[in-house]
Amino acid sequence: MTATNLATATADAAAAPELGGQRPGGRLREAFRSRRLVAGTAIVGFFVLLAIAGPFFFPNANKIGGPQYAGPSARYWLGTTQTGQDVFAQLVVSARASMEIVVGVALLATVVSVVIGITGAYVGGFVDEAFSLFSNFFLVIPTLPLIIVILAYVKSSGIASLIVIIALTSWAASARVLRSQTLSVRNREYVLAARASGERAWRIIVVEIVPNELPIIVSQFIFGGIFAILTQTALQFIGLGNPTLLTWGNMLNIAYSDEALNAGAWWWIITPGLCIALLGMGLALINFSLDEILNPRLRVYSDRRSRARRSRAGRAPAGRAA
Amino acid sequence: MTGREGRMTGDVVLRAEHLSVEYAGRRPTRAVRDVSFELHRGEVLGIAGESGCGKSTLAYALARMLRPPARLTGGSIEFVDSGGTAVDVMALAGERLREFRWTRVSMVFQSAMNALNPVTTLGRQFDDIFRAHRPSMDKAARHGRARELLEMVGIDPARLRGFAHELSGGMRQRVVIAMALALDPEIVIMDEPTTALDVVVQREILDEIERLREDLGFSIIFITHDLSLLLEISDRLAVMYAGQFAEYAPSEFVGRAPAHPYTLGLLRSFPDMRGGRRELRGIPGTPPDLRQDFAGCPFVARCEYAFEPCAGTVPALRQLKDRPAGDGDAWRAACHLQDPDHRPGGPPGELRPPEDAAVAGPAGDRVGGTTGPVGSSGGGTAGPGGSGEAAGPA
Amino acid sequence: MRFVARKLGFYLAAAWVALTINFFLPRLMPGNPVEVVIARMQQSGPTPPGEAAALSKLLGLGSGNVFQRYWQYLDSLSHLRLGLSVSHFPEPVSSEIASSILWTLLLVGVATIISFVLGIALGAVAGWKRGFRLDALVPATTLLTAMPYFWVGLILVYVFATNVVHVLPASNGYDTAAGLTVGFNGPFIASAVQHATLPALSIIVTAVGGWLLGMRNMMVSTLSEDYVVAAEAKGLRPSRIMIGYAARNAVLPSISGFAISLGFVVSGAIAMEYVFNYPGIGYMLVTAVSNDDYPLMQGIFLVITLAVLGANLIVDLFQGYIDPRTRIAR
Repeated sequence: MTATNLATATADAAAAPELGGQRPGGRLREAFRSRRLVAGTAIVGFFVLLAIAGPFFFPNANKIGGPQYAGPSARYWLGTTQTGQDVFAQLVVSARASMEIVVGVALLATVVSVVIGITGAYVGGFVDEAFSLFSNFFLVIPTLPLIIVILAYVKSSGIASLIVIIALTSWAASARVLRSQTLSVRNREYVLAARASGERAWRIIVVEIVPNELPIIVSQFIFGGIFAILTQTALQFIGLGNPTLLTWGNMLNIAYSDEALNAGAWWWIITPGLCIALLGMGLALINFSLDEILNPRLRVYSDRRSRARRSRAGRAPAGRAA
Repeated sequence: MTGREGRMTGDVVLRAEHLSVEYAGRRPTRAVRDVSFELHRGEVLGIAGESGCGKSTLAYALARMLRPPARLTGGSIEFVDSGGTAVDVMALAGERLREFRWTRVSMVFQSAMNALNPVTTLGRQFDDIFRAHRPSMDKAARHGRARELLEMVGIDPARLRGFAHELSGGMRQRVVIAMALALDPEIVIMDEPTTALDVVVQREILDEIERLREDLGFSIIFITHDLSLLLEISDRLAVMYAGQFAEYAPSEFVGRAPAHPYTLGLLRSFPDMRGGRRELRGIPGTPPDLRQDFAGCPFVARCEYAFEPCAGTVPALRQLKDRPAGDGDAWRAACHLQDPDHRPGGPPGELRPPEDAAVAGPAGDRVGGTTGPVGSSGGGTAGPGGSGEAAGPA
Repeated sequence: MRFVARKLGFYLAAAWVALTINFFLPRLMPGNPVEVVIARMQQSGPTPPGEAAALSKLLGLGSGNVFQRYWQYLDSLSHLRLGLSVSHFPEPVSSEIASSILWTLLLVGVATIISFVLGIALGAVAGWKRGFRLDALVPATTLLTAMPYFWVGLILVYVFATNVVHVLPASNGYDTAAGLTVGFNGPFIASAVQHATLPALSIIVTAVGGWLLGMRNMMVSTLSEDYVVAAEAKGLRPSRIMIGYAARNAVLPSISGFAISLGFVVSGAIAMEYVFNYPGIGYMLVTAVSNDDYPLMQGIFLVITLAVLGANLIVDLFQGYIDPRTRIAR
C-alpha cells in the first residue's frame, strides 16, 4: 500500500493481486489484447484440433511398405520412416494420443492438487500440516526416476495407467501453490461471512474459494500440461510408456533406434520434437500472459504504443522520464 | 499569469507551467491538469489534497520520476540555480538528467522502509550517492560526509554498518532525510514524509526538517493530506482537487479566510488545536473520476455554495486582487464565487477576504515595492513561515 | 539452529519415505521379480549361492510378514548389500553405481551451474531493459524451455556429429577406441571434455531459458519497488542500480527455485544420457530397465533420490543463510 508505487496505478487494474472482484468477461476481453496470449491459445488450439480431427484424415498412419527413408516429396510431405511409413501422417495422428495424455494428466493432477492443497489449507491444524508434509515429500523426490521404476515393474500397456502414474507424481507443486493461496484467502471477509452464516465447509470451498482461485488453478493446470508432455516424451523415448501407441515420443524412440540419425532422416527426427516443443511453448505462453494479467507489476508498456498515441493527439512528446 | 511581476523576497528556484500528467489506459486518467506555480528560494510550498487528487503524481513529475503508464502530456518545468541559470528540466536526458538528480532536486519518500535497499548496508547506500555524483571524493571523505549527515539528523554514525530493518520507523525516516540532503540540493520534495509515523515522532521529524531548512536554506515542496500540518509549516499552500489547484495562497491567511469552498470544507473537517471547540463538518461525496473531462467546476457535486455558472463553466485559477499576495506570487482560487463577473456582490461571508489584511492593489502596482500585507498582525494560527518574511524583502 | 534441525529432520523423513516407496515398488509387478532376475542372471553365468535369498530381502520380498520383510530390506540397505547387477553381471550394484555417478555429476553439475549463471545474468539484463528489444526474447526462450533435453541432443548430434559436420563425438564419455587410460591424464581429460560438449550444450540450451524468464520476471517486479525508484531518483548510475539494488533482491527466489529444479535436471538428464550413450547413472538406469535389472534399478533410484534430497538440503540451508526471512518458522 504505497502511494509512491506508480507502476500499479493504472485506471484499468482494480486491486490486482486480489483475485475476483471484477467482471470476468471484461477482464477476459482485456486479456486477449496480449499478443502472447493470443499466440499461445492459437497454438494449443491448433493441436487440439489436430488431435480431434487428425485420425480421420489418415486412417492408416502405420501402414508400412513405402520407400524407406525417403525425403519430403509431393507424395510424402514429411518423408518416410525406415519401414516406409508416412511421417506426416504419423505426426498428425500422434497428436491425439499425445494430447490425451496431456489433458488426462493435467486434469488428474489438478484435481488431486486442488483437493489436497485447498482442503488442507482450509481445514488447517493437523490436517494441514500432514497434507503439507505429504506434498513436500512428493515435491523433493525426483519424479522421473520414480516413474521409470514404477513403469518397469508395472509393465502395463494402457494409456490410462500411464496417465495415472504420471499424474500421481506431479501434483505436489500445484498443491503447494494452492495451499499458500488458500491460506491467505481463508481469512478474507467473504469467507468469514460464509462461515459465520453456518455454511458447511465443503460448500464454502466449492462455492467461495475455488472460483476465486480459478486463475491460479488454470495456471497450474497448464503447468501440469507442460510437465505431462515433457515427461511422457522422455518416458516414451527411452522405451517405457507403451510403445504401441502412436505418439510423438514414440516416434522419436523408433526414429532413434532405427538409426535415423545415421541415415540422415532429419524429417523424422526433427518434426515430432518440434511438435512437442511448439505445444509446450504454446502452453507456456498462455501461462506467461496469465501471469502478467494477474500481476500488473509485470506489465510492460511498450514505448512504441505510447509514442504513437501522443503523435496522434497532435502533441510533441514532452520528454519521457528516463 | 506567471507571477513574474511579483519577484521579490527570494528568487524563483522552480517554475512549473501548465503541467499535465496522464496515466495511459483505455480511458486515460488525467491526474494532473494544467498546474502552474512558482517556488521561491528557501520557501516551503505545501500541497494538500485528498487521496487520488494527483499530488503525488505532481511531485513525481517535478522530480522527473514519472514512469509508464504515467506520462507528461504538456507543460514545462524550469529550474533556476543560485547563479541565475535556468535549466529546462523536461529537456534533460541521459547523463545530464542523472547529474541533475539529487544534486539540485532530491526527494523524501513516503515509506522510508521501502525507500532503503534491504540487502545493503546504509553506509553503502550513502556511498553509492557520492560515487555517482562526486567522483573526486575518496573513500575517507565519503565515509566522513556520511557520518556528518547522520549526526546532523541525530542518528548514531555507527549505524552506517547496519541495515535498514535494524532501525525504527522514525530513525529510518531521518536516514532518508539525511540521504536527501547529502549533496546539498536546492529543492527537497517531500511526499508524505511523516504520514506513516506516530504523532510524537512526527513532531520530532517536522522540527528536524524545519531546523535543517533554516541551517541549509533549501526549498521544500511538502505534500500531504494533512492540511493542518501545512498551515503550520508552509509559507505558501496549494490545495489540489481533481488534478488542479483549487486554491493557491499564503498559508498565513488561508487558514483564517479561505477563498475556495473546498479549502473551507477541509479546514472545517479537523479541529483547531489552539482554537475553541466547534462543530466538525466533513465534505459529503467522493472525489470525481479523473478519467472524465469536466464541463464545469470539478467540485460542483459536493459544493454547498454551487450556483448557476458552476456546472457549465470551468472556473479558471484567477488571481484574487482583493487579497494579500504574500511573497512573490498572487493569491489564486478557481471559483466562480470569487469572480466579480459571475458574482458581483462578492462571495458568501465565510469566503470573504481577511479583514485585517490590507489589499495589495492591482497586479502592476507591486513591482518594486514591498509585498505582503502591511500592518498584518502576523500572529494567530499562522506558523513560522509566514510571520518571519512578511515584513519586507528577504 | 532450530532452522537447521527442522530442515535436517524434514529431509531425513523424506529419505525415509523414499526408502519405503522403494520397498513397496516390486510388489507392483505381476509375478515374482526375484525369479525373473535369477533367470536372467543365469543366462550370463552361474549365480552365487544365497543370491536368491539376498535378492528377496533386497526387493522386500523376504520371508515373514510385512514388518519382518521391511526390517530385512532396511538391513540389506544399511550394509550396502545392493545385490548383483543383471546387465553387468556379475558386478555388484554398488560398484556399478559408484563408477557411473561421477560422470553424471560432472556433466550435469557443471552444465546446470553454467545454465543458472548465464540465465540469471541474461534475465537480469532482459528485465532491466523492460519493454525494449530484449523483451522479444520471451517467446524464443519459452520455445527453448519447452524442448525436451534429449531432442535438442538429437539435433546437436545430427548437426555436429553425424550429418552436417563431423566435429564432435556422438556418443560415449570418452574415446573408447583410442586406448586411453582412465584417470587424471591429459589425453583422457581432453577426450572426456570433447565428449561432454554436446550433452552439456543440450542441457544449457534448454535450461537457460527457464532461469532467464524467472529472473526477468522478478527483475521487472523488483523494478517497481520503492527502493529502486528511490535509487533512480538519487541519480545513481544505471549499472549500479541494476546490479546492487534490483538484481541483488530479484535473484533470491531463483535460488530457492534452483533447489527444486535439481530434481528436474536429473530427470531430464536420464533421456539425454541415453541419446549420447554417455556412461552416467541415467544411461545406466535406462539399460537396467530394458534388462529387467531390478536390483540395479532400485539401487539407482535410491542413489538418485538421496543425492537430490541432499542437494536440496544444502540449498535450503544456504538460502536460510543469505535471506534471514526464510528462517522464520511459519
